[in-house]
Amino acid sequence: MNAPDTLETPAAAPPGAPRARILAVTSGKGGVGKTFLSANLAAALARRGLRVLVLDADLGLANLDVVLNLHPKVTLHDVFTGRATLAQAVLPAPGGFSVLLAGSGLVEYSRLTPEVRDKLLAVINEVTPRFDIVLLDTGAGISDVVLYTVSLADEVLIVATPEPTSMTDAYATIKVLATQQGRRELKLIVNQVPRSGDGRAVAGQLRQVIDRFVAPPLGSAVDLALVGDVPIDAGVRDAVKKRQLVVESMPGTPAAQAIVALAARLSP
Amino acid sequence: MSVSRPDSQAAAPSIDGLRLDAALQLLQRAGHEFPDGPRDAAWLQKVLDALCDLSSRDALTGLANRRQFELALDREADRVARAGEPALVLLLDIDHFKRVNDTYGHAAGDLVLQAVARTLQDCVRPMDTVARYGGEEFAIVLPNCPPAFAQAAAERVRRAVEAQAVSVSGGITLNVTLSAGGAFAPPWVRSSARLWIERADTQLYRAKAEGRNRTCLEPTAVSHVSAEERGMLFGVTLSTSLDEPNSSRPDSA
Repeated sequence: MNAPDTLETPAAAPPGAPRARILAVTSGKGGVGKTFLSANLAAALARRGLRVLVLDADLGLANLDVVLNLHPKVTLHDVFTGRATLAQAVLPAPGGFSVLLAGSGLVEYSRLTPEVRDKLLAVINEVTPRFDIVLLDTGAGISDVVLYTVSLADEVLIVATPEPTSMTDAYATIKVLATQQGRRELKLIVNQVPRSGDGRAVAGQLRQVIDRFVAPPLGSAVDLALVGDVPIDAGVRDAVKKRQLVVESMPGTPAAQAIVALAARLSP
Repeated sequence: MSVSRPDSQAAAPSIDGLRLDAALQLLQRAGHEFPDGPRDAAWLQKVLDALCDLSSRDALTGLANRRQFELALDREADRVARAGEPALVLLLDIDHFKRVNDTYGHAAGDLVLQAVARTLQDCVRPMDTVARYGGEEFAIVLPNCPPAFAQAAAERVRRAVEAQAVSVSGGITLNVTLSAGGAFAPPWVRSSARLWIERADTQLYRAKAEGRNRTCLEPTAVSHVSAEERGMLFGVTLSTSLDEPNSSRPDSA
């Protein structure tokens, strides 16, 4: 039960046709490993036989291309301006999934206008029939572009670390999504935990504050499900520096194994 | 694409044979200005317009009826989704209305409903749609209402009704109060009017549960995290592993 439990539904979902599950990956705070997780999760999901697309929805400061060491000639910007078709802009990524890169410098799209809204919606409606899972890697913060992107998703994955600033921003994001978009079920991934299993404490703390401050005025429960955590791992640092996917280049590391486990839990 | 041109259409059919008595009787009874002039197509158009108006109003109060309100709400939900402007819907219910009916009779109840309807209409902007939503339940949709003004707008309505004295037969004046619940349409997101109303209804239920004669609005999205929330977020189990369990702690160094 995903979309039916949220109050708002994405506009113009193709009627009846099979389409990808859309997962928004968002965090509030930047620098918590959101893009790193999106890319590695996509690779782990692809290995499970799923057709996965990562859409770089950080329209202003995209860096999925950097994480994946790609130098795209065609980006979302070209699709928006009609210079390229969507088929030309969907590129294969190392790891067996597809990407649609924003390319940095899409500053004119960093504010939500009806034009950006309609273009993004058209792109998403066009790609969803061709994939099993679409990951929307949103920008940092809680801007209206981020909120709109998240509103198009069936499910929301909140990425947080045990850092106080990250937890505060994750909480603020949950609060906004629950009150503004009517989200009642959210998923949490805790990245950079000192020990495997530490994510439970972070989820517990967030739930406690949600139950006390967010849910009562809404008159209904807001559920935060912990998908799992990813431990701090020297392998991750190496992989990021080499611009490789940790699940590909260092599959034996605790972080890689944790991400593979996340993918299993997120699979249908 | 073919475009039909008005001048290429056949001549307007005669309206001579149409049975209009029942429609005209209805309009007369509802106090509509009777269309004058020759009974031609233009006259018939006036009759149809009057019938549309009649079928979109509540007979007792003259407010928009539920059908008309739902149309207005659908339009507004769509506009909010496209333009991102904030819009508020309020559901208002007269407190203990059954007591009025049971104690003073239904005629008195009708007078109260009419008085409340007039007050609601006087309290809002011309662009706002006020409707009788059910028995003693009213609804208002306020387009382009910023969250900062919502509480004030809802309270103005509640206070005006509270301050109003309704004269009923036998020299009796009645005072009623109402409870109001409100919710904003989520900007940029296409949603349904039905869900929007449901969210306002949840808040109305809260207003009733919290003691009536009050307004409850669904909290708007605020990303601000209060010191109290922060304290709870870091106060308990995590505090041992964090350097600064409480950011407002005075620096002792």
